[in-house]
Amino acid sequence: MTSLSASHRVSSTIAPPPALRFEGVTFSHEDKVLLGPCSFTLDGIGPTLVMGPNGAGKSLLLRLAHGLLSPGQGKVSWSGGTPPRQAMVFQQPVLLRRSAVANLIHALAVNNVPRRERGKLALGALERFGLAACAKTPARLLSGGQQQRLTLARAWALSPQVLFLDEPTSALDPAAIKAVETAVHDFHQRGTRIVMTTHDIHQARRLAGDVLFLSGGKLREHTPAETFFNQPVSPQAQAFVAGELVE
Amino acid sequence: MENNAFYVALSLLFSLDAALFQIVMLSLQVSLLAVLIAAVLGFPLGAAVALWRFPGRGGVIVMLNALMGLPPVVAGLMVYLLLSRAGPLGELGFLFTPGAMVIAQVVLVLPILAALSRQKVEEMLGEYREQFVSLGMSRARMMPTLLWDARFALLTVLLAGFGRASAEVGAVMMVGGNIDGVTRVMTTAIVLETGKGNLPLALGLGIVLLTLVILINAGAYMVGELTRRRTG
Repeated sequence: MTSLSASHRVSSTIAPPPALRFEGVTFSHEDKVLLGPCSFTLDGIGPTLVMGPNGAGKSLLLRLAHGLLSPGQGKVSWSGGTPPRQAMVFQQPVLLRRSAVANLIHALAVNNVPRRERGKLALGALERFGLAACAKTPARLLSGGQQQRLTLARAWALSPQVLFLDEPTSALDPAAIKAVETAVHDFHQRGTRIVMTTHDIHQARRLAGDVLFLSGGKLREHTPAETFFNQPVSPQAQAFVAGELVE
Repeated sequence: MENNAFYVALSLLFSLDAALFQIVMLSLQVSLLAVLIAAVLGFPLGAAVALWRFPGRGGVIVMLNALMGLPPVVAGLMVYLLLSRAGPLGELGFLFTPGAMVIAQVVLVLPILAALSRQKVEEMLGEYREQFVSLGMSRARMMPTLLWDARFALLTVLLAGFGRASAEVGAVMMVGGNIDGVTRVMTTAIVLETGKGNLPLALGLGIVLLTLVILINAGAYMVGELTRRRTG
């Protein structure tokens, strides 16, 4: 595997993303409140790790922030009014039935990148993520780890100001997990705000700048990583960090 | 020997009988053109029904599914009424021409292509939807991407449409008229020869028709398999 060391020089930096504000956001399904009401503001570039047990509402929170879902009540807004350029990496890579490079070119095309620039940007992103040799390979014939790297390369090519990642490593082996974490680091270096869910507390310790901790659909705390792992404020987070089984 | 259908079929083929050649070519031209037109209209229609939510959508889906079983003679009758001298399009003088046969077959094939492509595109959309919304794609922008990514499934759908077009006799008989050298295709020729009692020739034509359909399906299957293996 090609190593994705941090020694890669980060070529361009990204305009700082506007603040993301959740105000009393609630999401329900069939009269059952699955998330909220929850309020918080993200204004740095994180990485913000969204943590909590299964069913806590981590993925919902990410989808609401990215605009894939609309809140039942409350408001999700970006300071300045216009949403920034953003991308999302899913737990299961969603790739088109085309070659690796065609997947990237498609993403660039729908984002109105001029035709002349698409090929160069796509190949550059593939190269950065160690996929240049598989440019012509059908995306769905790549290994699981390569597929997830391809979705990261696709996001990279789009130069997002905000990148959402939903449990991006839960189906991967350690080498592939390392590649994803290196990529997250590279995005961070470039100035992209990272918002990522994980259930792996060790991964969170490695990556987190700040932590949003959810349990039972409620936001229990939003604290800097150091505080969260050393002196968590909420009883639920204390139990979670202590390794107890939290619902 | 002369009464053996296989002998008749083979001798028709190997003697490159001019009349037979013309019948076969017209059959292919009419059905392929009809399938092409139906695909150009039906695939985007199917994809649109899969993509957009609108009042009466359920009714449209039921209608498309039901029309897959439209009896060819009913399609023929509709096109006949439309194209007859007194009909709204009578001025065109299309009745009893190959053009009328193409129109009738489009009417038969369009619902098949639209209904089946709707199913395929909707399945694929279920898998792609979040990624598409994440990329900021509008529904109109999703359509070409979905149609291209469903290309292997749509090739099979296309074959189903071609099968329907090349096999039917009722509609082309009514609007074409089975005129020798002008609108006679394989199916109408088979009906005619059977009626005349010339069963070996009818059966011979049947074998030619069947062989052609098998060859086209085999070709499409191989193209599909090869590309599927290459693209995953």
